[in-house]
Amino acid sequence: MNGFFDIPSDLQHSWAGLIGLHLRESLLPVAAGLLLALPLAQLCVRFRWLYPPVLGLTTVLYAIPSLAFFVVLIDYTGQTELTVMIPLAVYSLVVLVPAIVDGVRSVPQETLAAATAMGFGPVRRYLQVQLPIATPAIVAGLRVAVVSSISLVSVGALIGNQGALGNLLAAAQKYDRPELAVNAVLTMAALAIVCDALLVGLRVLLTPWMPRGARPKAAARPEPLTAKGAAR
Amino acid sequence: MIRIDSVTKRYPDGTVAVDRLSLEIPDRSITVLVGPSGCGKTTTLRMINRMVEPTEGSILLDGEDIQRRPVTALRRSMGYVIQNAGLFQHRTIVDNIATVPRMLGWGKQRARERAAELMQRVGLDTSLARRYPYQLSGGQQQRVGVARALAADPPVLLMDEPFSAVDPVVRKGLQDELLRIQEELGKTIVFVTHDIDEAIKLGTMVAVLREGGRLAQYAPPAELLSAPADGFVEDFLGADRGIRRLSFFDSAALELTTDSVVPADATADRIAAAPDPYLLVTDADGRPLGWAERDGQAGGDLAAERLLPYGRPFVPGADSLRVALDCAVLSPTGWAVAVDDGGRVTGVVSQQTIGEAIRAAHTERAAHTERSAHTGSRTHPRKDEAGVAE
Repeated sequence: MNGFFDIPSDLQHSWAGLIGLHLRESLLPVAAGLLLALPLAQLCVRFRWLYPPVLGLTTVLYAIPSLAFFVVLIDYTGQTELTVMIPLAVYSLVVLVPAIVDGVRSVPQETLAAATAMGFGPVRRYLQVQLPIATPAIVAGLRVAVVSSISLVSVGALIGNQGALGNLLAAAQKYDRPELAVNAVLTMAALAIVCDALLVGLRVLLTPWMPRGARPKAAARPEPLTAKGAAR
Repeated sequence: MIRIDSVTKRYPDGTVAVDRLSLEIPDRSITVLVGPSGCGKTTTLRMINRMVEPTEGSILLDGEDIQRRPVTALRRSMGYVIQNAGLFQHRTIVDNIATVPRMLGWGKQRARERAAELMQRVGLDTSLARRYPYQLSGGQQQRVGVARALAADPPVLLMDEPFSAVDPVVRKGLQDELLRIQEELGKTIVFVTHDIDEAIKLGTMVAVLREGGRLAQYAPPAELLSAPADGFVEDFLGADRGIRRLSFFDSAALELTTDSVVPADATADRIAAAPDPYLLVTDADGRPLGWAERDGQAGGDLAAERLLPYGRPFVPGADSLRVALDCAVLSPTGWAVAVDDGGRVTGVVSQQTIGEAIRAAHTERAAHTERSAHTGSRTHPRKDEAGVAE
């Protein structure tokens, strides 16, 4: 019973179960982050002065270690998945808000003027023109957010086995089974790669209007993530 | 008719983009607003569909203040064409063109049929319907822009430097196409450009604006060229306005001579009878072959000679005096060759004769202008504007 895929019973999950748990704990926060980022970004586009403070705030929030978040949240949400997911959703904002803002702002002036001149109201113009054209930039932001979220979930292991695949890292130490740590790292990497590929596929599907071979707008600010990853 | 009534646009920082501008834009014609950058021409255009609101003054559309119309309804009743076309890059060509009809509640099928019809009208192959804008050339995109503006059949078309981002050859094609479409549809077009040649080519009426958004002159292009209101307009028109003005004179009245036009098999007597030192040799069908020197010709077979090229011929009636003069200037003998639609020579005309015709045309035009000024004719509406802007 010491095989690569034999998961200690105290984790209460099979390997496949841990994968499902891991995906849920990492993807739901990004989805929540996206829902939050869309209106926030629109406000930033509408009121230009709002963008720098919002950007500053999301960066500061991103700088708060997840452990500090846990300490605060655990009084309210306990040792649950939710406690892990809330900080992750907050972290995703630092990528998603600038991605959406830059994407929406990248819509050419002529296109906007033409839309206005054709009688598009502000809401219709946002939904039918700006947002669709911003899709490549938004997906680029999602790719960074999803991959970082998948790697960050493991920190949940600190609050009572809420780290999904990350729990294997703790178990590897506890039971002196290094192969579990290898398993956790490889599986998380594979998940990240697969999710990333799926998002690229989604982008291609959503944007048949993009010149083939053209690169989407550069992913917004991926730099702090590498620094963060190193810190944890 | 669109009536712009002493409209001023002043921005909060004090810049005046348009200064007490008054214009009457006649129906079913192309009115061009032209001027250097910063003269307020685009601002003026955008005030017509309320993308910019005037600080003072009013704009009337068929007698009704445009402020009274709901803004989106007003805009949907006016086609708008912009530089670089401003197409929706995420929509196919057919969907781009169908945008306004769809917003007006047309069914999808009907809107698409209308779009296909318009593609043909603006000279686009309907096989492009399912393409995306990035797959089209700049000129094609601009055609889509025009089709999109025409989609809901609006009575008014606003065009903001629509052709300035394409190369000169494509631009000329688009301009010709616009004139053709205008002939068929008879829209009220307001056209903004910084290119005076484009203004003169397209405009029924041309409004020249100067920096600070003041009107310098509002006149038909021929009058602009013959009687610029002041130094600014004269400078803006450029150095060769005299030559360019000839575009508005017909070459039909030119006196042609056939005395020096001889067939290739002309006899020596016929050649000796020619009054001028050069002979235009034609083939059996009467098509020009080239010029030969009269003296020293024995006759019989002039085509065997080394002939001077006859250059470009002109078609009297269809071409202007400018073209006729150009042909004469380019001709090695100084004589222009006139041909009919079939390319057969109808006569030749010297630079001197063309010069006389130009003088005669000027005199006649001046007398005509004088007459119409006295009778209050509307051939040159609002000539007083020029004075106001001084």
